[in-house]
Amino acid sequence: MRVLVAMSGGVDSSVAAALLAEELGPDQVVGATLKLWGGASDSGCCSVADVEDARRVADQLGLVHHVFNFADEFEEWVVNPYVRGHAEGRTPNPCIECNRHLKFDRLLERARSLGFDAVATGHHARCVVTAERRFQLRRGADALKDQSYVLAMLGQDQLARVRFPVGEMTKAQVRDEAHRLGLRTAAKPDSQDVCFIRSDEGRQGFLGARLPLHAGRLVDHDSGEDLGPVDAVELVTVGQRRGMGHGTDGRRRFVTAVDVPARRVSIGTPEAAHTTEVRLHTVAWVDGDPTAPVPEDVDTVVQLSAHGRPVPATVRRTPDGIAVAFATPQRRVAPGQTVALYAPGDPDVVVGSGIAQ
Amino acid sequence: MAERVEGDTTRRAYFDHAATTPMHPEAIEAMRPYLDGRFGNPSGSHAESRRARLALDDAREQVAELLGADLGEVVFTSGGTEADNLAVAGGWHANAFDNPPVAALVCSAMEHHAVLNACRALARQTGAELREVRSDRNGIIDLDQMAEACTPEVGLVSVMAVNNEIGTVQPLGAVADIVRAHSPQAVLHTDAVQAAPWLDVTTLAESCDLIAVSAHKFGGPKGVGAMVVRAGTRLEPLLYGGGQERERRSGTPDVAGIVAMAAALAITVAERDRTTARVVALRDRLGDALVATVAGVAETGDRRQRTPGHLHLRFSGIESEAMVVLLDAAGVAVSAGAACSSGAVEASHVLEAMGLDRAQATTGIRFSLGSTTTEADVDLALAVVPDVVAQLRD
Repeated sequence: MRVLVAMSGGVDSSVAAALLAEELGPDQVVGATLKLWGGASDSGCCSVADVEDARRVADQLGLVHHVFNFADEFEEWVVNPYVRGHAEGRTPNPCIECNRHLKFDRLLERARSLGFDAVATGHHARCVVTAERRFQLRRGADALKDQSYVLAMLGQDQLARVRFPVGEMTKAQVRDEAHRLGLRTAAKPDSQDVCFIRSDEGRQGFLGARLPLHAGRLVDHDSGEDLGPVDAVELVTVGQRRGMGHGTDGRRRFVTAVDVPARRVSIGTPEAAHTTEVRLHTVAWVDGDPTAPVPEDVDTVVQLSAHGRPVPATVRRTPDGIAVAFATPQRRVAPGQTVALYAPGDPDVVVGSGIAQ
Repeated sequence: MAERVEGDTTRRAYFDHAATTPMHPEAIEAMRPYLDGRFGNPSGSHAESRRARLALDDAREQVAELLGADLGEVVFTSGGTEADNLAVAGGWHANAFDNPPVAALVCSAMEHHAVLNACRALARQTGAELREVRSDRNGIIDLDQMAEACTPEVGLVSVMAVNNEIGTVQPLGAVADIVRAHSPQAVLHTDAVQAAPWLDVTTLAESCDLIAVSAHKFGGPKGVGAMVVRAGTRLEPLLYGGGQERERRSGTPDVAGIVAMAAALAITVAERDRTTARVVALRDRLGDALVATVAGVAETGDRRQRTPGHLHLRFSGIESEAMVVLLDAAGVAVSAGAACSSGAVEASHVLEAMGLDRAQATTGIRFSLGSTTTEADVDLALAVVPDVVAQLRD
């Protein structure tokens, strides 16, 4: 069993590499750091300092370490769609697109061509083989650090070649193990936010440099009444509360819709900002034929954001994807965001995912 | 910790001499006394200093002769990158001060980053226009474009003697003729880092004002280089300080390294004909066999216009980054394109300057041979490469 472990230079992937080296022997494990972003970043997966951390940890563990330059693909599959999405009033999740196209496609393929049996990452999630020899994707053991949401697009082909060595551990256990092994990344802070956006420029600075931003009007969700100007409609996200102020009733207002071509942002009451249904495209099933018909109104549990609370729901098929009906009204899901589906009987088990229309 | 399993158990064949070379044993011997007892600073006035000063003088005399320069024309630097930066920035600033109308600089688009990025930084800082001249499909600078770029307001021209990735020898004489005829105010610099191990720099670069070389490309130590500054060529220093190297490069000279560089260059030049004949035969055997036995292989650049050590092949449909990893695991050290600061492989700007598209620019593998390359090295490469290609095309 030869495993290529993706090492970002963070503590989770460092410990993942350490556990694999212990289990399989250092000669069966190779570390790889992906150079994903050619531009400036705070840290992310791509800075020279992070590559150095990964390389030093690999060296300490006795692993050969490589750097793979996937910057072109990252731009094509992650950065450009992120920019394009905002230009069209959507809010894509770049981490999910990076997992979909880079870590669990490009890197898996690279690993295969180099003769590795599997790719390991430091994600907090678990991959379990069932009695029927199917691969089950489960939430990580640490409920607060669980990353199954950003992996919910994985299917059987990928799971068969993936390892998540820290999925059974809590974050505290990961850090303890890193300290015990004396890894230089033991106390490194968790990465935050989008890796290719610097904190000093922010999303606004990043998008502003790549998109024409347009001023627009705020209108009332129900009456259509003009409520004043908004600086850049491309920077507004459905569900957003910040900057939307209060209505005449003294209650907060939320974004309910963004219409970039019309330069219009609709805002409404908390009730208007809630909905009972979301329609999804780009649906992926962890275990199942994606083309097979979905029976009507199947029970599920959905998660609407990376650390959102699980919500009971039912799923039905639509002509171009699926529709998820919530048991209780939920804050509207911004177009482009991912909804992850879990099994109602065993809410740790990921069923699939889709992208909100 | 540094001793890695792969190095202990696998036979290695080193085909990355264009990146760096093992030191000549004579060069190591030459530098040893200056790391030990003869530690003096050559700038002082006591016996220890005089001894170091003499060693420096001897080395300078030797390097000057081997590069076709006078004693006073040789400036020692910390390597090729410093020499290139000193040439670009120092040559430009001294010239711009003397000749206020100069407003543009010219370099070939396939320059090493030490020149390319120095030129780009200079253009950014001064507002001067940078003109990057492309190459033909053989990796030779396009002289028609060169002639277009060379206008009277050009203050500095930098064209490499030999390209580092594909090894093509550039027509410096023709370049110099164009520069002298159309850009009479220009200082002409050549990065001769890849030429020095193989070619007679004295004739190759005789028409250039500034010539940069680096010791570790010809069996000397890393961190040492030299630049020929032709008499009459003014140069503004990059480093200010005690005024060493005739006010052109301050800082206590690396006496041991400089002595070793001189020794390495002397051996390289003395053995050049013999090394060349041997390495050309090895390189041609490797290239011919790979082109004949592996499908979809294209050789970059005309072999007759390349140094003996360079063999650059493009394996269609294969990502060079993956190929380097597999060849390394099989004991064969090669390189792909240029490496960035993180160690990642970048798409080759050299191949793009030749008009190859980005997909082709990521399929290049450089085998670079040197004076220590053996038949056994070639045998190993020939045994390994076809399997690696088959695996990657699987």
